[in-house]
Amino acid sequence: MPGVQRIGGRAVAVDRANIDTDQIIPAAWLKRVERSGFEAGLFGAWRDDPAFPLNRPGAAEAKILVAGDNFGCGSSREHAVWALQDFGFAAVVSPGFADIFHGNAISSGLVPAQAEAATVARMFAALAADPDAEVVVDVAARTVAIPSAGLEEPFALPDFARWRLLEGLDDVALTLRHAAAIDAFEAARPSWLPAQAPAGPAHR
Amino acid sequence: MSGRLFDKVWDRHLVVSPEGEPALLYIDLHLVHEVTSPQAFEGLELAGRPVRRPELTVATMDHDVPTIDADKPIADPLAAAQISRLRANCAAHGITLHGLGSIEQGIVHVIGPQLGLTQPGMTVVCGDSHTSTHGAFGALAFGIGTTEVEHVLATQTLRQVKPTAMAVTVDGQLGDGITAKDLVLGIIRALGVGGGVGSVIEYRGEAIRGLSMAGRMTVCNMSIEGGARAGMIAPDDTTFAYLEGRRHSPKGRQWEAALDDWRSLATDEDAQFDHEIRIDAAALRPGVTWGTNPAQSVTIDDKVPDPSSFASPAQQQAAQRALTYMGLEAGTAIRDIPVDVVFIGSCTNGRLPDLRSAADAIRGRKVSPGVRALVVPGSARVKAEAEAEGLDRVFTDAGFEWRSAGCSMCLGMNGDILTPGQRSASTSNRNFEGRQGPGGRTHLVSPGVAAATAVAGRFTTPGDL
Repeated sequence: MPGVQRIGGRAVAVDRANIDTDQIIPAAWLKRVERSGFEAGLFGAWRDDPAFPLNRPGAAEAKILVAGDNFGCGSSREHAVWALQDFGFAAVVSPGFADIFHGNAISSGLVPAQAEAATVARMFAALAADPDAEVVVDVAARTVAIPSAGLEEPFALPDFARWRLLEGLDDVALTLRHAAAIDAFEAARPSWLPAQAPAGPAHR
Repeated sequence: MSGRLFDKVWDRHLVVSPEGEPALLYIDLHLVHEVTSPQAFEGLELAGRPVRRPELTVATMDHDVPTIDADKPIADPLAAAQISRLRANCAAHGITLHGLGSIEQGIVHVIGPQLGLTQPGMTVVCGDSHTSTHGAFGALAFGIGTTEVEHVLATQTLRQVKPTAMAVTVDGQLGDGITAKDLVLGIIRALGVGGGVGSVIEYRGEAIRGLSMAGRMTVCNMSIEGGARAGMIAPDDTTFAYLEGRRHSPKGRQWEAALDDWRSLATDEDAQFDHEIRIDAAALRPGVTWGTNPAQSVTIDDKVPDPSSFASPAQQQAAQRALTYMGLEAGTAIRDIPVDVVFIGSCTNGRLPDLRSAADAIRGRKVSPGVRALVVPGSARVKAEAEAEGLDRVFTDAGFEWRSAGCSMCLGMNGDILTPGQRSASTSNRNFEGRQGPGGRTHLVSPGVAAATAVAGRFTTPGDL
């Protein structure tokens, strides 16, 4: 996973709260066993409306999605993150993210930029006035900006998540640094805890 | 130690808690299904990593399995490929799989408790947001994404920032005919669809203590619909009675040792929570959602709300948008809304007691002409137990379809879907736009109300029939 320092480009604004992952990627798309190829499914039902912001000329080049509060609520499907990335988005700016979506975004390298509600409201206004305005999400500085509108404000991103996004780190490799601690923990687990009998060729 | 159930379970699973990093939590049980796992296994194989603890990993197939024609090959080639991928992955990594045809196959959150795999004080994860269901046993259980599925397969641990702790205290007793589903719809109405973000809820109080394990699972299942990371209920004699004798429950001396341990998990009397909300159980009535998220609900005695009655312009717009999608007029009595489809099932309400309460409502009655009604048991075992009691005949005599186990119309992946504009009364957990099929309109209700509604053709309670 490549690291991400600074994202600059066009934005798409969807001024709705509680956008759930069933809207971001409808369930019919979850039958895929691949990790890519979800771009045509992004906001599948809402894109049937010609007025939906993703259908605006120029949206195909957008890098940043600006959305209402509690973005990504509902299902745990990481396919929602992949669909946003496949379409070309590298960051989502919102006043709040659902917990599982937030974790999935960081896992896959999509920046969840949690800005104050007032900041996001100003971004909606600026993008309504100039839909082609450049938006900048600076991961290192943790700021969002619309330079042409004179807007630059901080966003929240936990330190560890910021580091992982900047460095593009593989979480499993980070965890395996603690392999000895995991071994020690396992040795002390209560004996009544459930376990399956060995099954299949891995246990020959 | 602050002495809350959540802290006790959290603390006993801390592997390491490095400065400046999220804690590393050990995972006791990892449940796997066909939809959110293929990319995780692929990632593991690309990195050349083994599954660390296959014996703590259990798989089933539920999300896109057909619920009819169980004896025939799966007609949908994409679903068939996904299911065969799960079989291959489980075989390659030595993971126990309860596949189609097994008595233990079923919705992942139904089979875990049914097998006794879910026990108090455990950590349980699954690539499915309704993993919160298992919190009914006093386990810390939550949904994860596919990258995290891969992480758990590789390390049997998960990195987690510790959530805050919220208490939802339900005082008093539920009235006659008021179910756990009505209770949790009332809780989410009070909490809001994002009110629980960043927190683990502990459900407490007299009404919670009075719930069966099936009822507790219904409540914990929908914690995620209020945005919470997980929901938990302290284990008690109801929990222990449910667990005793199940396949994976401890036996003999181990059972006694486990009981001693489990009894120590309950939140200490002087413990404080970061947030608390209180609900009066006696004031609850059967709940029905009118909108497009699970917090947009009223009681069956109410009318569809007027968008202008909401406080903020954003809420007013959201309500107006929801009414437009749902094809509803403000001021319409809920009891006057006709339905096209009734769905009884899901990880929320697909257990044997749920099917019994639905059957009790319709015994000797007929589904209203023009209504399509289906019952999808939560697991193959639930189906067999229901048939042993004759519940299948009660449903089929009334005109219901009696299906095989799976997620089915809860999320509409397997072909069991609403057609555009169709309106359902559904015992599932989400009424998002298009959740049960593109253009479908979902109203969430309890099993009893769903069954009675199938008979009346419009929303009604069993008591009204």
